[in-house]
This record gives sequence, C-alpha cells and structure tokens, in this order.
Amino acid sequence: MYDIKEIYEAMSVAQAVELLSAHPEAKIIAGGSDVLIKIREGKMAGCELVSIFGINELKGIKIEADGTIVIGPVTSFSSITKDSIIQKFIPVLGAAVDQVGGPQIRNIGTIGGNISNGVTSADSASTLFALNAKLEITGPSGTRKLPIQDYYQGPGKVDLKTGELLTAIRIEQSNYEGFGGHYIKYAMRNAMDIATLACVATVKLNASKNAIEEMHLALGVAGPIPMRCPITEEAVKGKKIDAALFDLVGKTVLTEVNPRTSWRASKEFRLQLVEELSKRALKQAIIFAGGALHD
Amino acid sequence: MSIGKSVKRVDGYEKVTGRARYTDDFFEGKFLIAKVLHSTVANGWVKSIDTSVAEKLPGVVKIATCMDVPDIEFPTAGHPWSTDPNHQDVADRKMLNRRVRLYGDDIAAVIAEDEVIAKRALALIKVEYEEYKPFVTVEEAMSDDATQLHEAFPKNILKHTAYELGNFEEACKEEGLKFFEGKYETQTVQHCHIENPISYAYMEKGRIVVVSSTQIPHICRRVIGQALGLPWGKIRVIKPYIGGGFGNKQEVLYEPLNAYLTTLVGGRCVKLELSREETFVSTRVRHAMTFYLKTAVRADGRLVARKIEGYSNQGGYASHGHALIANSTNGFRHLYQEEKALKSDVYTVFTNISSGGAMRAYGIPQMIFACESHMEDIANGLKIDPIELRKKNMMKLGYIDPLSGIECHSNGLAECIEKGKVAFAWDEKRAAFVNQTGPIRKGIGMAIFSYKTGVYPVSLETAACRIVLNQDGSVQLQLGATEIGQGADTVFTQMAAEIIGLQVEDVHIISTQDTDITPFDTGAYASRQSYVSGMALRKTAEEFKGKILAYAHEMYKHPIYMMDIVAGNIVKKETGKIIATVGNVAEEAFYSLTHSVHITAEATNQCKSNAFSFGACFAEVEVDIPVGKVKVLRIMNIHDSGIILNPQLAEAQVHGGMSMALGFGLSEQLLFDSKTGKPLNDNFLDYKIPTMLDTPELEAGFVETFEVTGPFGNKSLGEPPTIPAAPALRNAIFNATGIAINKSPIMPEQLVSKFKENGLI
Repeated sequence: MYDIKEIYEAMSVAQAVELLSAHPEAKIIAGGSDVLIKIREGKMAGCELVSIFGINELKGIKIEADGTIVIGPVTSFSSITKDSIIQKFIPVLGAAVDQVGGPQIRNIGTIGGNISNGVTSADSASTLFALNAKLEITGPSGTRKLPIQDYYQGPGKVDLKTGELLTAIRIEQSNYEGFGGHYIKYAMRNAMDIATLACVATVKLNASKNAIEEMHLALGVAGPIPMRCPITEEAVKGKKIDAALFDLVGKTVLTEVNPRTSWRASKEFRLQLVEELSKRALKQAIIFAGGALHD
Repeated sequence: MSIGKSVKRVDGYEKVTGRARYTDDFFEGKFLIAKVLHSTVANGWVKSIDTSVAEKLPGVVKIATCMDVPDIEFPTAGHPWSTDPNHQDVADRKMLNRRVRLYGDDIAAVIAEDEVIAKRALALIKVEYEEYKPFVTVEEAMSDDATQLHEAFPKNILKHTAYELGNFEEACKEEGLKFFEGKYETQTVQHCHIENPISYAYMEKGRIVVVSSTQIPHICRRVIGQALGLPWGKIRVIKPYIGGGFGNKQEVLYEPLNAYLTTLVGGRCVKLELSREETFVSTRVRHAMTFYLKTAVRADGRLVARKIEGYSNQGGYASHGHALIANSTNGFRHLYQEEKALKSDVYTVFTNISSGGAMRAYGIPQMIFACESHMEDIANGLKIDPIELRKKNMMKLGYIDPLSGIECHSNGLAECIEKGKVAFAWDEKRAAFVNQTGPIRKGIGMAIFSYKTGVYPVSLETAACRIVLNQDGSVQLQLGATEIGQGADTVFTQMAAEIIGLQVEDVHIISTQDTDITPFDTGAYASRQSYVSGMALRKTAEEFKGKILAYAHEMYKHPIYMMDIVAGNIVKKETGKIIATVGNVAEEAFYSLTHSVHITAEATNQCKSNAFSFGACFAEVEVDIPVGKVKVLRIMNIHDSGIILNPQLAEAQVHGGMSMALGFGLSEQLLFDSKTGKPLNDNFLDYKIPTMLDTPELEAGFVETFEVTGPFGNKSLGEPPTIPAAPALRNAIFNATGIAINKSPIMPEQLVSKFKENGLI
C-alpha cells in the first residue's frame, strides 16, 4: 500500500499545466520508477501526484525538417532503444538507456523522469549532456527552452517552476551528425544497478579519420550533477589518434573533476575510474566514428 | 525404486502455477496490520515514549511499547531445547526492549486497520533516548571505553573458548620448519530470502494460533510459550510453504511479538510482515569474523602445528551466539590434520550492529575463506602446487575427531579434487598463467571443505514421522521436518515410496506443519533432514510395511517373510509374482467385518551419529586491472554428499549455494556507519546480490560415496554448496595478479587500491 493523498491524471499538456498550477504541492509522476520508491521509503509519503503518463503527445521520437531529433519526455527507455531514428542517428543514447535498471524498469521508466530526477548517476543524463540536448519546458506562461546543463540546479533539483513540466528533449543535427559515441556505465553489477561512474564520449574525426576534430566528454557521478569536460575537449582538438592522445585525455580530465568520498566509493577510486574510463570511452567512440587505434 | 532418480518436485506444479499457499496467502478474512517501531539510535536507552498522538489517529487499534511488554527475557535461537540449564541458549531480550542495542532495535508496535495508518502512526510516536557511543567492531566493543550491552557479559564478550591438541609451542621448536601467518577477515552478509518474515496470529478457544514463515515450527511454538510465559500447549504454530529461509528463519524473530499483539486486541487476527529494510537490519545476518592463523610446516608441505584465533561480531543480541565460531574452529580442525599440535582461541563479542545468527553453513564459509586463503599462501610460499599441499594434509577415511568422536566413514574428497582438476585442465592453465603482463590477466584457483551432517553430538537430534494408509492403498506422509524450498518434500516422498514399495504418486506428503497435528521434529537446519529425519522416515516406513504384510498374511496366508511390496503390489519375494495390490489389502483392512484395522505407523528416531561430507570448488577468472573488475569465466563445485537422492534437485541445490557464494566472495556486504551504527545499504539496490548477468554458468559435479550411517547412504548437501567458492575465487585472483586479498568481499575498490599499492596500476 502506498501512502498517496491524491492523484490527478492529465491527458494533455494543457491539462497538466492546469493541474500543476491548481496543486502547487503536487509532484509529477510518469512511469513512477523513482517516485513510487520515494513514497514507499516515506520521503514523499502522503503526497499529491499529477500523472502525465497518459499524455500521448509527450511520447515518441520524431525528426524535424532541420534534422533536430525531438524526444518526448514520457518515452520509455526501451522505446528509445528500439526506435529507428535513435538507432540510425544517435545509437549511443539507445545504448545508454538500455543500461538503466532491468527490463521491467526500462519498460516503465521514462527519459524525462530520468533527467528531471536531477541525480548525477542517471544513465541518460551524461549522454544528453554530450549531445548538447536542449530542453523544452511548458508552463502557465508558455514555453521556454534551455540547455540541459542549465536544467540541473543541484543534486535532485531541476529548473521547474510551479505549473511547469518538461515537454521535449531536442538534439540538433550538428551535435550528432558525423559523431561516433560510446557510453560506459561502471557499476558493481552488470544489471539492476546505478553507476559508480558514468562516462560518455562522442567524437567527430577529420576527413582522413586519423585526428580528432571535435570531442564531447561527459561524466556522471564525478560531481554532484552530470558534467562536461571542456578543458579536455579543447585540449584534444586536432590531435592525432595515438597513445599520447589517450594519455592527454586521462591526465587532463583529472583536472576537471572533483568526486567525493562516500561509503559507496572513495574519491581515489572514482578518480582512477575517471581517468581509465575516459580513455576507454574515447577509444570506442573513435572506432564508432570510423577511426582506428594503433596501440 | 525411486531413490537416486530425478523425480519431479512434488510441489513443483503448485509453485509454478501460483497455487501453492504461502503465509501471505494463508489467511482469508479480515485482519489487522501490525508495524514495529525501530530505534533510531544504535546504543542507548528509551527514556520515554509518547504514543498519545498516534493513538488518536483514526484506524489505530492498539499500541504496545517497550514500557509495557511482559518482563520476560527469552532465547530466540532455533536450537533444540536443552534440559541442561548450562546448555540453554542465552535469554537476553524481551519482545520490545528499552535497552537499545542496535540501530533498528524493536521498541514499540502499532496495530492498525491498514498498513498506511500503521505507518503514519509510527511516525507520530515520540521517543526520547539516552544515547551512548555506538561501537560496530569487535575491537571497539572489547575496549575499555565501550559501554556494556548486556549485564551478564563483561567486556561485551558473549563467550570465549579455547582448546589445544598437543603442544603448539613445543611443536614449533622442530628444526627446519617454515612459518606462515595471516589475518583474514569476512564481512556481514544477509540471507536475502525472497519472502520476508511474515506471520498471522489470532486466538481460538483460549489458545494462540500463529501462522508463520518459519523453518522450525515446533521450536517456534516453544519459544512463543517462553516469551509470553504461557504453557507451550497453549500455542499452535502452522507453517505453510515458505519462500526461503537460509537459517534466518531458524530463529524465532517476530512470532512471539505477534502472538502477544493478538492478545491485546481480543484475539483478532493480526498480520505482521517485515519490509526488506527491516529484514536486513532487524532480523539476523551472517557473522563477520576475523581470523589470525599461524602455521608451522615442513618444506615438503606437511603441516606440523597450527593455531587459529578468531573473533566473531555478534551484533546486539546473542541469538545462536558462540555456536557459530565454535563450529568454525571445529571445521578448521576437521579439514586438515596437522602432525603435532593445534591450538584454538575463539571469541564472540557483542557490538551495536545487526545480530548474527544461523546462515547457510553456520560459520564454515568464514573459516574456509580464512583457511583456504592461508593454505594458498603456504603453497605459494613453499612453491608447492596448492592441490598437492591440500592432498597431503586433508582428512582421510577413518579419521576420528578427537573432540566430538565423529568418524569419517566415507570420503570422496580426493576424487572431487581430481574431477575439478581434470575439468579445468589445472596443470596446463597454471603453467599458462605464469608471468602475465598487461591490463587483463587470467587466473585459476580452487578451495576445498568438509562439513558435518546435523548437530550430533553437540545437540539433540530427534525426528518423528507418521504414515497413514488410505482405503485405496495410497498413504499420507507426515513429518515435522520442513520443506523450505530445498526439495525436502520430494525426497521424503521418494524415501517412503522406496522403503514401503509404493509408486511415488501414491505417497501424499502433507507439506504444511501444524504443531497440533504434525509429529515432532526440530526442523530445517544443519543440512540434517534427509539424514536425521530420513532415519525416522525409514524406521516408520519399515514398521508400516510390516503392518501391511501382516495384514496381507491374514488375507493370503503366505508367511510374511515370503512376501514383499513392489510398485504398489504384494508380491512373492522369490518370483515377483503379484498376489494382490496394496489397495486390495487396504480395502479389506478398513472394511473387514471380522478384523477392521486402520493401518498407521508412527516412530521417533533419535540420531546418534554424524557424517562428514566434502567438496571442492574450481574457478577461473579474468581481472581487468585498471578498473578492478573480476569476471568469473568458469566456476564448478564438486561434492561428495554420499548417495545422491535426486540428482536434479541436488544440482539445483548446488547452483543456489554457488550463487550465494559468488555474492559472499565478490559483492555482498551489509555496511554500518562507524559513528552512528546506522545501516547504510539495507536494500537490494545498494546491497549487491549478483544478478544473472554477473553469474557465469554454474557447474555442479558429484562424487558418490556410500555413507554407512546415512539412512540411504546419504549425507549433507543443503548448506555445503555455499562454502568453497569465495576462497576459490580469491585464489584465482591471486593466481592472475599475484595479489593476495585477505578480506571479503573482493570488490573493485579494494582491488584497485591493492593494485596501486603493488605497482600494477
């Protein structure tokens, strides 16, 4: 039995905005794979909920005329992984969300919930950071767009004001076309786990496929919220693919992160993972981008 | 003949179709919900408890607190009762306790109309504590500034026992000996049975009925009686199918409290079900143990003298207490026989963490992790093949334990080792894995064990069985021994069919135990039932068969010794010619106008023997050094459990044990905050049980010996599968990397830190 005071079901975005405005204390629930756990733990016991799970306009993936890929936030992880647009243009995102929990969670959990939960370990978040995703927020005063980095305000805290909800995740063509990407979830188990460290690299190579044109490197659990590594990204621009490149990535990325020690893992251990996984993610991303490794 | 055949589980169809009734399915009708209030300090005293606001919440029926429960301290361990006061379990807790000894101690209970109301009421109870500094380790608990948790136990030492065979110091004086020393530590783990502890309690005709998910219904009845100060006959315990126990339900945890709660509400039915978090913290765990081992050995690998010093972290309450580490040191003595001397010193110490109790293999996995890691270190130091070192020193046929008198009547250990050695191409792989470089390295390792069967001579071993004939010649079979998922009902059915001479389908086992009806047995633990309860079953079935044949003699005049029962038929022994069916005899026996008799048999058997079972585990791993990941490429257990009663069930039993052992070796640990004693990972996300994707194919092998003391040549198999994998994995990692890890679980962070320390990273 869950301790829920009231649940309101919205069938359209407009109705959701209305319900959220009328019940400012209410929490948004989509798949429920995070919210129900918090209710059970007592953290959100006795809460009011607005369900957006029935809003069909928030589900599915489409591609716009300018090549922008738009993901509805109530799209489940398994739908994303199986989607032909994702498979064709951003396979790294499909692979990343295929590592969330287990099959049941991936069928019910949604990508919008994953990022709106505001946690650093969310499997979709670091990849969306690397893809420079832009978020569309709808509220009583209309719609606004912001980069995903600005959505995260702190651990568990995202930029949603009263009456607002996330209505689209947008990825522009320039952030995926020509890129190869690879996501590594490092956890204590191979399934049903949260990341001890998450690392994703997307990379675009030069025409002869032997040097880096552009790299996006994002990390989860290396800080309180997901993060990009701008210094490392800048440092590798134009660099040849050789052993020195990976050393450079491993060493530079360490200057950008400040993970903390907790009972789950020490800072030293996480730093070792940051260094090693950044190299490994980049190596695989280079292969996916059509390059080759000679070490 | 059904022994030795893979007879299908007799409860299989019921379980896979969802028709089998577990405790939660057992009670139909209206009932109340009880929830326990747990302490939020680990060490202290409840100064006051205010339930006035909670009581006013609509739907709250009653609240009981530690201020008003009966002033009776009782023992919770699921041991047979001892009539010798010196051998009785420690009675150190009431149903609810003012003296708080762990974070999560039971201090009050709410009875409400539903679960949401009960939980809301818990949040409204105000508790004021006097707090003391908590201590979570044995070292802290034994130090001078630790508060004493129990009045009767100074320095928080529950018990300290020692023995010496030969003279250790003298033996060490031999010239040319090499000495090895090591400290080995194991962690706190939990059973993680899928069904959390649950019971229903209600009153009927002035008696209390408790339906519970327990391994030990008859012991449960006794403890409820003791805890409530009621005659034991006033209590009736019913045990339906249960969703796993692994020793945690060999303890009487919340049944007494629930029995008490129903008396507070006029005997209305009360359901008390624990959450997963409560199960992790407030039930029982496997004791974390630390061992200091010292061994004197000749250059050829012959062990001369050994010393074991051990410390067991008991947590807040005595539970099964010192019996665990006492079993560890006994097992240490059994597995290898040194030539001259063995010295043992072991302590069990109270701390402010979750209480240690029985868990599959009862202290042996911890000791074997230490012992078999140590043996590997010795082999490595002496440059002897680890298998040769073990073979030179391990228990041989005919061994008699000098302290317990248990004799080794059957021993397939060497054959188990040989089987693993061949399957894993041991010699070739050991040679191939020498001097590896690079980030990914492979290794192979093994470990062995011995284990007892039942608890004789430490405790009472008694069991009873009843067989009742039906009018069609089929029978009901009743035992106090319990089905807890291991397949007991199926092998008991096979045993009865085998001895009486019936078809398996004509034996109807009654799975549910009801202490008002079911013959006495102490229950499922110590891998005892197929051995001890099997003896009672055999005795009863033989008596029953004799009665059938005696009645057949009345009907058909043949001398009893001329007849036998085969596949449900009365036959002439010599020729096998069918005289009649057992059904013909049954019908006549029931309805005869001259001599009507209802044929039944019931017998008690007191077992006064024990048997050593054996086994080995072989493991091959791949270690990803820069990130500290261990991939288990292959793992195999090989067991000598005597005659295998049902090969398919036996194999499944081994798989389950190995799965638990993978977690114990590589990923599971229940953690407590060192400052507050608060549990940190009391859920299935943060406590890392291996998933299917972390589990390689689990291979099981058997070496069948005939155990003469066993009712069917059989000996223990329930617990042993979970013993040897952790050290086998540890030794494989050692083989791969040259790094000896002496602390379980061997998780990535520990590996990375050791690899850095030793220059591998």
